Amino acid sequence: MSHQPAAAPNATRVAPPLQAPRSYPAKPSDVFLFGTCVLDLFFPDAGMDAIRLLEREGIKVHFPQAQSCCGQPAYTSGYTDEAREVARAQLALFAGEWPVVVPSGSCAGMFRHHYFELFKDEPETLRQVESLAERTFELAEFLLEVCRVKLADTGAPVKVALHTSCSARREMNTHVHGRALLAQLQGVERLDHDHESECCGFGGAFSVRMPDISGAMVKDKTAALKGSGAAEVVSADCGCLLNINGAFEKQGESLRGEHLASFLLRRTGGK
Amino acid sequence: MSNLADLPGVPIEFKRNAREALDDGQLRRNFRGAMDFLMAKRTAQFPDADELERLRAFGNRVRARALSKLPDLLERLEANLTRNGVKVHWAETVEEANAIVHSIVQAHEAKNLIKGKSMVSEEMEMNHFLGERGVDCLESDMGEFIVQLREEKPSHIIMPAIHLNAGQVASLFHDKLEVDYTEDVDRLIQIGRETLRRKFFEADIGVSGVNFAIAETGTLLLVENEGNGRMSTTVPPVHIAVTGIEKVVENLRDVVPLLSLLTRSATGQPITTYVNMISSPRKADELDGPREVHLVLLDNGRSQAFADGALRQTLNCIRCGACMNHCPVYTRIGGHAYGTVYPGPIGKIVTPHMLGLEKTRDLPTASSMCGACGEVCPVKIPIPALLRRLREEAVRAPDEGPHHMRGQGAKYSAKERMIWKAWKAVNTSPGLYRVARFAGTRLRGLMPSNIGPWTEHHAPPKPAARSLHELARDHLGDE
Repeated sequence: MSHQPAAAPNATRVAPPLQAPRSYPAKPSDVFLFGTCVLDLFFPDAGMDAIRLLEREGIKVHFPQAQSCCGQPAYTSGYTDEAREVARAQLALFAGEWPVVVPSGSCAGMFRHHYFELFKDEPETLRQVESLAERTFELAEFLLEVCRVKLADTGAPVKVALHTSCSARREMNTHVHGRALLAQLQGVERLDHDHESECCGFGGAFSVRMPDISGAMVKDKTAALKGSGAAEVVSADCGCLLNINGAFEKQGESLRGEHLASFLLRRTGGK
Repeated sequence: MSNLADLPGVPIEFKRNAREALDDGQLRRNFRGAMDFLMAKRTAQFPDADELERLRAFGNRVRARALSKLPDLLERLEANLTRNGVKVHWAETVEEANAIVHSIVQAHEAKNLIKGKSMVSEEMEMNHFLGERGVDCLESDMGEFIVQLREEKPSHIIMPAIHLNAGQVASLFHDKLEVDYTEDVDRLIQIGRETLRRKFFEADIGVSGVNFAIAETGTLLLVENEGNGRMSTTVPPVHIAVTGIEKVVENLRDVVPLLSLLTRSATGQPITTYVNMISSPRKADELDGPREVHLVLLDNGRSQAFADGALRQTLNCIRCGACMNHCPVYTRIGGHAYGTVYPGPIGKIVTPHMLGLEKTRDLPTASSMCGACGEVCPVKIPIPALLRRLREEAVRAPDEGPHHMRGQGAKYSAKERMIWKAWKAVNTSPGLYRVARFAGTRLRGLMPSNIGPWTEHHAPPKPAARSLHELARDHLGDE
């Protein structure tokens, strides 16, 4: 760890898994992909790379064309009724037995944790919610724990920094899964960055409602990522990527965060 | 803070305060350094993550049980304290609480009060209230003493002067106490202690807060590190304790896990230097201690939180401050920017009950919902979930029932409600979503370079040429 800056005390503190350990099913023949609205418009290639990673594991991927958003933007803004109706539309689309793979931790967390709150007064719907929650996996988690991938790195040696979204880490343990996948790549050295477990400042509407505070947070985050000595930045959450990449671009920096799905596929000869 | 912002119902100018704080490099460095230090201290106290989770769950259960029988426990507390010779007073508002304290002050013709640290007395603005009536209140906690000399309010509930560095305290003492300038922290503390020492013996009344009020035994428990709490509660002839009604616990057994969680979470100490347990005034055969002990139990909006099953969890709080120590927003703006007695994440969920949502309208919004606060809370208050709930209460129409909170609808806007209804329509209708997606991708060249607050810190977002829906359909077919 000689590349580290004089790190703050919590820089490498990665909380232990906060969610109770879950039991994972055997690798299925079919899965749903929930693409998420941010990925749909801003990072569609990452979504396609997620599909290719899953297909490479011999899984048939289904992408219901009627899907839209998990409801999180309205939910966190306090517009619970509007969030509930959008959530209801997704619930109907992802019914059945197939696992639902989500290439974004906070949206996966909506499915797995927050739909219970949205539908707490609808016992009938709660059965569907429970089924969806049980079948929802964040992409990295699914590749690691369900597909049990063994990644063969074909890329040149590189140092990377991994940013994990806060809700994804706290609701989906993505920090554990993301690190484990990167550790499989022989040529990839993952570097810690200063205050690694601290929020990048996105928080959806927070970034436009409190732009000064959010801006100060992303400024610190981009400086920490840059200061880590990493040549590449990887993250599995598109909200954070939108925030971090937008700030890098505004600062005139060439560094950009890449979605974990794209990074994994690229390193393993998939594109 | 402007005088206007002190008026009830006039919103705290949080955004302006935050901007000023963000521009203050010294303040930012002071807080970053101090919070890093406190986070490391806490982490070192909980080396075993499983033990921490068990203890948090235990702490949560103890607090939840106490709240589940709150009225009963308060009655038992009053009965047992009264039996022990402590006079119990009830105050629904800060005005009532101040009037009670003032009547005790008048009964003793008291002129000088010495205070141990008490956030509830800050909530009451007791110093200001009594000061206007010619009664001098001196803060004896070192941090409180420093902010009192600076005519400021505490910036942290545990460490009131955490926004200052040694140099700033050195200048303050040099100016106000007329001592030689020194940045030697030990010497500064010595100067403070020497100044305060004689004041304890001159004081007519001592005032303190309470960490836990124990119903079964009628005991007031108070933790501190400087000894000023013990001095304030034992040297003057009269002791007045002030606390919130939620501080009651059932019995001494309940205190054990809570005390351990409190000190380890707050300052990273296994136990504080002093743990005071006060059960009565001086007894006939005792040589010291106050002749009179009073307890003022303050509601100030706590009943409103208590009445709602979810919001009630706000009252679990044991005031350790770990949520603010770990908060990326608090770390950047410090405590004063909140414009409230209780800053940081706990302040954002507790203050709306005290001041109403109108005044505190921006506070629930001032969170990225990162969840650090909820993760470290020793009694497992789901702070992000409660912030979300407060946002919901703030955007509900003011006249929409049922009413849960004073100031409901403080951020209600028919226009914003319309925008979210349109958002719902788009996201529940595949046809509309397709049109919106198409517009977003095909018209991306028309994205303005300045889109308000976002582009202050970011380049404008660039939608992709084709959406994932389209790429997936080409690749997987229509489903």
